[in-house]
Amino acid sequence: MDKRFDIAVIGGGVVGLAILRRFAMSGLTCVLLEKGADILSGASKGNSALLHTGFDAPAKSLELQCMQAGYQEYFNIRQKLNLPLLETGALVIAWTQEESAALDGIVEKAHANSVSDVKRLTQTEIRIREPQISKSALGAVLVPGEHVIDPWSAPLAYAQQAIAHGAVILRNAEVTRVERANSDWRITSRSGDVLASTVINAAGLFGDKVEALAHESSFTIKPRKGQFVVFDKPAAKLARSIILPVPSEHTKGVVLFRTIFGNLAIGPTAEETEERTNPTTDSTTLEKLKSRAIEIVPALKDIDVTAIYAGLRPATERKDYIIEAHKVKNWISVAGIRSTGLTGSLGIAQHVVKLYAKHFGRLPKKLPEVIWTPVPNLAEQSIRPYMKGGEIICHCEWVTRGEIEAACQGPLPAGDLGGLKRRTRAMMGRCQGFYCGAEVTTLFEKAKHGTP
Amino acid sequence: MEHHEIVIIGGGPAGLALALELHTLGLKDVVVLERELEAGGVPRHCGHFGFGIDNKNRFLTGPKFAIKLRELAEGLDIRTGTTVLEFTLRGTMRLHSASGISEMSATRIILATGTRESSRAARLIGGNRLSGVMNTGTFQQLVYIKHQKPFSNPVIIGSEWVSFSNLLTCRHAKIKPVCLITENANLDAPSYFGIGARLAFGVPTKRSTKLVSINGHEKVESVEVETNGHRETIACDGVIISGKFRSENALYSSGFIEQINTAPLTTESYRSSKPNIYAVGNVLGHLETAGACMLQGRKLAAMIATEFK
Ligand SMILES: Cc1cc2nc3c(=O)[nH]c(=O)nc-3n(C[C@H](O)[C@H](O)[C@H](O)COP(=O)(O)OP(=O)(O)OC[C@H]3O[C@@H](n4cnc5c(N)ncnc54)[C@H](O)[C@@H]3O)c2cc1C
Ligand SMILES: Cc1cc2nc3c(=O)[nH]c(=O)nc-3n(C[C@H](O)[C@H](O)[C@H](O)COP(=O)(O)OP(=O)(O)OC[C@H]3O[C@@H](n4cnc5c(N)ncnc54)[C@H](O)[C@@H]3O)c2cc1C
Repeated sequence: MDKRFDIAVIGGGVVGLAILRRFAMSGLTCVLLEKGADILSGASKGNSALLHTGFDAPAKSLELQCMQAGYQEYFNIRQKLNLPLLETGALVIAWTQEESAALDGIVEKAHANSVSDVKRLTQTEIRIREPQISKSALGAVLVPGEHVIDPWSAPLAYAQQAIAHGAVILRNAEVTRVERANSDWRITSRSGDVLASTVINAAGLFGDKVEALAHESSFTIKPRKGQFVVFDKPAAKLARSIILPVPSEHTKGVVLFRTIFGNLAIGPTAEETEERTNPTTDSTTLEKLKSRAIEIVPALKDIDVTAIYAGLRPATERKDYIIEAHKVKNWISVAGIRSTGLTGSLGIAQHVVKLYAKHFGRLPKKLPEVIWTPVPNLAEQSIRPYMKGGEIICHCEWVTRGEIEAACQGPLPAGDLGGLKRRTRAMMGRCQGFYCGAEVTTLFEKAKHGTP
Repeated sequence: MEHHEIVIIGGGPAGLALALELHTLGLKDVVVLERELEAGGVPRHCGHFGFGIDNKNRFLTGPKFAIKLRELAEGLDIRTGTTVLEFTLRGTMRLHSASGISEMSATRIILATGTRESSRAARLIGGNRLSGVMNTGTFQQLVYIKHQKPFSNPVIIGSEWVSFSNLLTCRHAKIKPVCLITENANLDAPSYFGIGARLAFGVPTKRSTKLVSINGHEKVESVEVETNGHRETIACDGVIISGKFRSENALYSSGFIEQINTAPLTTESYRSSKPNIYAVGNVLGHLETAGACMLQGRKLAAMIATEFK
């Protein structure tokens, strides 16, 4: 007999995982099916890791609502899950007269979105706050609430908390077929079949394809690629705030931001692409990003590049998030979570559970007792495992053997080398594996297959 | 806080030769800090021939050379498994070892932290992020220490002498490189390396050729290269990104001492911009032979010893 669940979530990106967590904590039986060898194999693998206030989001949009709810919940739960927060604030900087003219509008819009601490800064105030920024900055808007988080530990924590509340996560489980079986869905995956009463489609870059397994999709995914260049650690002290451009009609522009791991990065570009997996970088664009970073912070010219990467936004033909319940069919589509999903995920989960309760089924009256599953800290600003001793394997990021071994065990062990890197930071530093690559790969293979 | 007359950071050929010579010259309060579990530095994983103590008789393999070096250094105060994390504002060293974090100070500090190849990212080489793309350092460790064969037909990027050393490692692991690619019109290594590669290993060298991108799905399937404006796709299942050595600068890159092209700026007597900090061996930014680094270490020892007279 196939196993039966109340809820099946398709897709283990940050959105699917946050939804899984909320349903599991509401007392429903849940399963998540993820195509990749590990969670975070799609859009959630490479983003800017900014926790947004929604100051510039479209007014009254579902996106704004979910972001602000998600932002609030992140603050409420982060200590219990040991999730970091780097309180940077952001500056929207005007570099031309035309951009200067737009600054007041940005403040007004932020206030209308109830981000009321947003205000203008004078040139002198910019100098004091950001002494390393190019002197050609004309004016700025300060957004104190924009922050930096850990893009991988947060969804990992959601996943582990869901598991602690009884949820099942299946990996290497691409869903290839869904069909009605009496009042349930039968979901066929590469890791076997499951039955579920309600399906949540959170397949990100493949949202339209998964939708088409059940019915005609009302949207088409139009992936939009973003490339990034990451500078070495000494760069982090060159910018205190996230440096945003004034958005133009065509583009939101590239951002200069610190990472939770103690680096400084620039990106993302916005490029229409056919790619849905494995986004490529290209040297010409990377060179341009690097030059732009040096224009903004001239001292970056002497600092090495540590890493390059690209991410894919699951955009659609529509602007807002698409979160729709298909009434007769017990199916909720969660799609087009384009460029704010890391922030929005917890809010999206609240919204989806409400939709479920409204249309498909009552939630158990008695909530299960809440179990907290803190994740190891990878953030540079807090206590890291190496500080307690152990043997350092990755000498650039100071990752210990104990951390690597722990990441290969537990309820959700790393499913591939990428997953191991995201759980530990190993091989992500300035030498990109020159010293530790062989050892880390061997440790992983050993944990996975029992032999190297 | 623990204090020593002389602390050497890095137990590779340069650091060990320096410690050894200081000992011979009668200086006893010398400590070597090495982050790996054994001293010896990069030669530990260069399984091919070409190493000689003090650059003489270069017939040893790297690992044999490293063993010999450790034998010579026996009895010295070498602390393995000890990483210097950073210099504090007061100029002391913050250390990590199995038991946790500690601090150490020294009258003289010598940087002997070696060099590494620049990564794909630092060179801004685009394409897909795939397994099977690595530096010479990782490749050597996989083959000689882990006894693995990461690919069968890689392309080698670079034409420095280490680029050619990959041919030896490939032969050892029964790997047949497709070709060697260099942006330059001439090889960085002496031209007989190129002739040798073709005749002895059957591996052609493509000059004035730039790697544009690395492509594939899960694994490397091909590289795209450009020669004088003409683009071409070369099938391969791996890429070795070699050379462009750069100083292992983590300890001073945030401006602790002055730098030139990311290496410490030093006088002829290996002294940095801070009078009590020295740098020796490959940390100076060029890839010298292990024996040459030993000789530098010995030379510096003699200079330091005279300061004590
Ligand atoms: C360049 C860039 C920068 C960004 N910056 C930020 C930021 O600073 N702040 C912020 O809040 N957000 C940011 N985002 C947005 C955020 O990353 C996305 O909104 C979020 O990752 C979307 O998550 P998702 O779960 O919807 O999709 P995904 O992460 O793509 O998850 C979908 C999952 O479904 C799986 N899947 C697909 N098909 C199937 C199938 N048939 N069966 C089973 N599984 C399947 C995929 O493998 C994937 O793991 C950024 C995004 C990008 C690309
Ligand atoms: C692929 C390759 C092939 C080569 N082939 C040859 C050859 O055939 N013949 C030859 O003579 N030479 C060869 N060499 C060169 C030789 O390996 C180097 O010249 C020599 O190792 C340099 O010595 P070093 O002591 O300066 O640095 P390294 O050998 O790099 O030693 C530096 C040491 O410092 C340690 N360290 C670094 N940072 C810290 C820190 N923060 N705290 C504590 N310890 C630290 C490192 O772990 C390392 O052990 C080759 C090199 C390479 C990469």
